[in-house]
Amino acid sequence: MNAFTQIRRNDQPIYLDYQATTPMDPRVLEAMMPYFTYKFGNAHSRSHAYGWEAEEAVEKARAQVAKLVGADEKEIIYTSGATESNNLAIKGVAEFYKDRRNHIVTTVTEHKCVLDTCRHLEQQGFSVTYLPVQKNGLVDLETLRSAVTDKTVLVSVMAVNNEIGVIQPLAEIGKICREKGAFFHTDAAQAVGKIPLDVNAMNIDLMSISGHKIYGPKGIGALYVRRRPRVRLVALINGGGQERGFRSGTLPTPLCVGLGEAAEICLKEMDAEAKRLTKLRDRMLEGLQAKLPEIYVNGDLDHRIPGNLNISFAYVEGESLMMGIKGLSVSSGSACTSASLEPSYVLRALGVDEELAHTSLRIGLGRFTTEQEVDTAVDELVRHVSKLREMSPLWEMAQEGIDLKSIEWAAH
Amino acid sequence: MAYSDKLIDHYENPRNIGALDKNAEDVGTGLVGAPACGDVMKLQIKVGVDGLIEDAKFKTFGCGSAIASSSLVTEWVKGKTIDEAETIKNTDIARHLALPPVKIHCSVLAEDAIKAAIADYRAKITKKAEPAPPGEAAVAEAK
Repeated sequence: MNAFTQIRRNDQPIYLDYQATTPMDPRVLEAMMPYFTYKFGNAHSRSHAYGWEAEEAVEKARAQVAKLVGADEKEIIYTSGATESNNLAIKGVAEFYKDRRNHIVTTVTEHKCVLDTCRHLEQQGFSVTYLPVQKNGLVDLETLRSAVTDKTVLVSVMAVNNEIGVIQPLAEIGKICREKGAFFHTDAAQAVGKIPLDVNAMNIDLMSISGHKIYGPKGIGALYVRRRPRVRLVALINGGGQERGFRSGTLPTPLCVGLGEAAEICLKEMDAEAKRLTKLRDRMLEGLQAKLPEIYVNGDLDHRIPGNLNISFAYVEGESLMMGIKGLSVSSGSACTSASLEPSYVLRALGVDEELAHTSLRIGLGRFTTEQEVDTAVDELVRHVSKLREMSPLWEMAQEGIDLKSIEWAAH
Repeated sequence: MAYSDKLIDHYENPRNIGALDKNAEDVGTGLVGAPACGDVMKLQIKVGVDGLIEDAKFKTFGCGSAIASSSLVTEWVKGKTIDEAETIKNTDIARHLALPPVKIHCSVLAEDAIKAAIADYRAKITKKAEPAPPGEAAVAEAK
């Protein structure tokens, strides 16, 4: 098994949506299999070999996860995924320290599960500051510094954005938080295994980790919770007191094993994979730019994970483009498939014009993406963008030299 | 989301894409929607001396449903009088293409586009039939 193996069937579209989810690495599945069948014990059974065997497996996996982010294994709590980790980190800290500090700082481009958790806390009486981001998608450190007060209990800033792939200055944010005595939580679902992370060097106090974004199984994630200086949390799920009391419930041994194996593979192959994906991403962008005028990359291209492109194809609406490129599975930034006609809130936060936001696609490359798939994708995108521009009244007007902004459009 | 075969056919093989001379007297042009909302339709009709719509063309920026809706109405209006074309309802378009509820606005926009094209044509005809008051004509000539 190597990174160039094609795992999709030939009748399936080319998968270019690695920020949505990743296929499980066959090596991960192999490691998990025995724990579904004959190694089925409950990791919390202390009285027999089945239990000991399962416990050993989940603890080995915990150490594998810890090593990937430079943590101690005792600081890793298993959860059902990054959404639960984000909920536990933010609600848990807010609740525990509410008598002393009741202010949270986050950014407007966070994942919905962070934003929604913060909204929930606002209703509970906490105050939340939503920081804007710059045009490149990165938070301005001085703005952040001035937002953190002696009432701020937690700063929650995502490591890598799920739509535009930009990497926030984690070490700098961590330093500010440490100086100000606020805890630093980062939603690292899109960052773990893609870029080097070190919870100590970056002064990260809490970190959310997802299994299925790192070629592991769905339904498992983890939360890193710092022990020194200690971060305390109020649990969301009460019960038998597993996971240091932070998260009760029987551990899903096969999923834990899968998360651990996935983490170990990421640690081993991260450098080589990053180089390979950077090359593929450059190949894709250069291929598109060579044949299509007026395409724009959203978000900083330098401070970005290798496997992400978010491109606006001006004058072509994103959803119609997705309908055309049937051989490719990508994601639209226009979100027009939902009931709302609002384009992506992340692109809007960057100050991308609404008309351009409607033309954007998120293209995610990953471990199993091949050069041939990239070339096919470029061809298909070029063909369909060109076809749709031919039928776009906006493209026609732009070619005639009409400034689209000079027209009074009737909003509907 | 599963789209109907008819919708997919109009998206993949759109009828009557293109442009007519918007300055011609027998051509009415409707431009509706807004880029910021993600849909813009341009629909044009050419009306023959017999009062029937002899040609229709469109260009659309929008989702597949918007493209299909505008493609469909260009087919429907051909051969109709402008009065008949004006009676095309968005509900007919939505039903024919089996638009999902979140895409109903595309059919509304297509109805607006045909109405706008007819209005533009009528305005041209009226202007032609009723020569401008002498004062205005003089000003126009002076230019």
